[in-house]
Amino acid sequence: MNKERIALNINGRVHELEIEPNRLLLDVLRQDLGLTGSKRGCDDSSCGACTVLIDGSPQMSCLMLAVSYQDCEITTIEGVADGGALDPLQQGFTVEGGAQCGFCTPGMILTAKSLLARNPNPTEQEINDALSGNLCRCTGYTQILASVRKAIELLREQPEEVESR
Amino acid sequence: MSEGHPTTSARSSPIGARVPMVDSVDKVTGAGKYADDLALPGMLVGKVLHSPHPHARIRSIDTSEAERLPGVHAVVTGRETPVKYGILPVGHDETIFAADKVRYIGDNVAGVAAESEAIADEALRLIQVDYEPLPAYFEVEASMQAEQNLIHDDKPHNIEKEYHHHFGDVEKGFAAADYIREDRFECAEVTHAALEPHSTLGRFEPDGALTVWSSTQVPYYLMKTLAATLEMPEERVRVVKPLVGGGFGGKSEVIPLELAAPVLARQARRPVKITYTREEVFYAHRGRPRQIVELKTGITRDGKLKAVEARIIQDGGAYCGYGVVTILYSGQLLNAMYDIPNVKFDGYRVLTNKPACGAMRGHGTVNTRFAFEQQLNRIAAVLGIDPVEIRRRNLLKPPCITPNNLRVLSYGYPECIEKVVEASGWKAKHGKLPFGKGIGMAGSHYVSGAANPIIRSTLPQSTVKLSIDRQGVVTILSGASEIGQGSDTVQVQIVAAELGVPVDLVKIVAADTARTPVDLGSYSSRVTFMAGNAALEAAREAKRQILSAAARKLGSPPESLVIGGSETSDPLSDAQVGLDFAEAVRLAMNGAETLTAIGTYTTPEEATGGKFKGAGVGPSPAYSYSAQVAEVTVDPETGQVTVDRIIAAHDCGKAINPMTVEGQVEGSVWMGLGQAVQEEMLWENGRLMNPGLLEYRTASTLESPPIEPILVESHDPEGPFGAKEAGEGSVAATIPAVAHAVYDAVGVWIDTLPITPEKILKALEAKRQSLGREL
Repeated sequence: MNKERIALNINGRVHELEIEPNRLLLDVLRQDLGLTGSKRGCDDSSCGACTVLIDGSPQMSCLMLAVSYQDCEITTIEGVADGGALDPLQQGFTVEGGAQCGFCTPGMILTAKSLLARNPNPTEQEINDALSGNLCRCTGYTQILASVRKAIELLREQPEEVESR
Repeated sequence: MSEGHPTTSARSSPIGARVPMVDSVDKVTGAGKYADDLALPGMLVGKVLHSPHPHARIRSIDTSEAERLPGVHAVVTGRETPVKYGILPVGHDETIFAADKVRYIGDNVAGVAAESEAIADEALRLIQVDYEPLPAYFEVEASMQAEQNLIHDDKPHNIEKEYHHHFGDVEKGFAAADYIREDRFECAEVTHAALEPHSTLGRFEPDGALTVWSSTQVPYYLMKTLAATLEMPEERVRVVKPLVGGGFGGKSEVIPLELAAPVLARQARRPVKITYTREEVFYAHRGRPRQIVELKTGITRDGKLKAVEARIIQDGGAYCGYGVVTILYSGQLLNAMYDIPNVKFDGYRVLTNKPACGAMRGHGTVNTRFAFEQQLNRIAAVLGIDPVEIRRRNLLKPPCITPNNLRVLSYGYPECIEKVVEASGWKAKHGKLPFGKGIGMAGSHYVSGAANPIIRSTLPQSTVKLSIDRQGVVTILSGASEIGQGSDTVQVQIVAAELGVPVDLVKIVAADTARTPVDLGSYSSRVTFMAGNAALEAAREAKRQILSAAARKLGSPPESLVIGGSETSDPLSDAQVGLDFAEAVRLAMNGAETLTAIGTYTTPEEATGGKFKGAGVGPSPAYSYSAQVAEVTVDPETGQVTVDRIIAAHDCGKAINPMTVEGQVEGSVWMGLGQAVQEEMLWENGRLMNPGLLEYRTASTLESPPIEPILVESHDPEGPFGAKEAGEGSVAATIPAVAHAVYDAVGVWIDTLPITPEKILKALEAKRQSLGREL
């Protein structure tokens, strides 16, 4: 198959690649760019472990042809921490036990990030609805929900911190 | 210093603190590496050819076309892999690739290594296998009648193993009973479905040594199996466990790809990685078998258990795997929960032409526990005794030895019962909720590590080495396998607590067979107890060395010193003679560049069980206990069960890290819920009808009710800081608690799992018929 030259904007950095047009975004991230934080947990888009943000909206990279996303801003889990500082969601998952084996965690965090960007004060039901496409086998979701709630709390505290400086 | 009572330190102890998991930053940033995230220069993609037949003789295999395909570097079949293996010494019945016949759809026939996945797939298509199909057995009932075309020639009637245990005298027990009840229970087959598919990367060094990175719970057993099957000395095989994306038992024995990738790498002379697809994971399986339990219980009028007799049949699939252990657990752990003077157990592990079953969270105990607790609740209903009260009347009185030689020291079950009764408002609800709403209760337990190792040996069951450098940084070297349950973190907390240093001064290097001491692995919920005790002993030894050196320097007796803050100091003259921890460590080094200490754990002889055949499975140094209350809503029109709430009290001895213990309890309850109401492997002539996460119906946030954990601390006298297991004991109670709540809601008992709407509707209809009116 002939290769195509493409450019992908991932985590604010442009990557120029020469790839076959049938390559999935997930495989390009993991195999060509070494961005292995996005995971493959299934064969049929049922688990959500490969979730990335496309212009801020959560999508499963195992279903996407990489060549089709050249004009988008792609965010993977590797692009969530701001420099060395963890994002409030990453902090929440750390201190509330939301990451047990950690395999669903990148997808969970990106989905939750998109939710909180749209709706900084979601109800329990809205969190459950948003995360329902991301499967976890470890936690029973209780500590994942606590992690998201912790992140909401941290986000609320943030502006005050800025003012006090 | 007495066992089980570590000295206190001036610093607030990390024992009992909600310490974030030590690898959590790697997990939330995507920086952590799992096996499939690893890549090596020149690495090839490995793929396995699976059998399309459930049972067939292999007449011939022609791999010549596949070998000629450009980009293919290795093709291996059973001809090159004749050595038999299996996780149990009594069950060496597998080869890496099938030698003469295949025994299930999905059995491993050949492997290829190629430059890309597409080439590997094409190579698989080019392998010509000439099969002679044989009659296949899919149900245990038929399989046990088989006289010919046996699945394994040395297993008559396709029975892998049978056990017949009798403790006390059940006939006498039944004679003394006022009420005898017999029921038949059936539990569907379920699987782990850890989110990370199995993955293995193998590389041979130029000198012929092998390194394998694999998604395993048992690096040590994998190393031994690699050495045996690849016919290499053990010292030339290194197994490294990267991050593991969940196990639940599915990675606790050697999975074929873990041997296939290195075999291909050896032939290709290049690194080879195999990662299973989700469908392959379902067929690799090793999950909880379908189980039939025929249970007979005799009890007095006032609810005192007199005798229990169980006939248990497990559908083990085509190979032994852990099967002999699974069937033994299913009988042995009828005990150690309640005071039952007479117990009889007939257990049959039966072979069928389906993927092998194995160890799954709550190994062997879950389905039997469902049957027992369900029957106890049915008995309570008949006798008109409150289900809580009937349990109170049959409690053990520890310390005690059960009739089958299980030693029970700490026993938090009574407290677990009282806690869930109180938290749920049981008295106001049981039997009093409106039709369609129900509440139920049940209990369960589990071992804190198998007292006897899989391979009999005099080796300690866990060894932990500490190395402290000149700056006072403590490094734990441990073979224990972190699989998401928090094993690394618990060892760090134990060492930090005993040494009296902050947790961030303690680092851990774990689960690398060439770099870390031997630990048997993460199975039978053994790590906190066994590796934790080894870590504690190592820390005590390091502390002894440090305090002795400090005492010499300060001229005070070592007993008067404590490590606390960042200082080693005499508390009476803190300001005057304070000694920096690192300085004390340097004094203790006595010229060497590191201070080292070693701790080990071996189960005490008195906890290793009896001498009868099969006595080795079931004994544990300590048992965890769980009591749970479930509340459900049942729609009588649709049969749909909605679990509204689960309250789960778990006796973990001591919660070294309450956050991770709660996480384990919640995860266990949730997994039990899956088995209770929706998960089931559906087979049709040996083919799995639902080999995907959605078809298998693993629950999302939307089907997952609130789970409220309550931690009960019974302070086990031999556990590290009193701790016992937390990761498995809560699975089983959930299922009978839900089934009981369904009965409380709509008045029907469902004795087969999962409890589906169809079964409820059918039972409701039968009840209407028998009553001759609406319910």
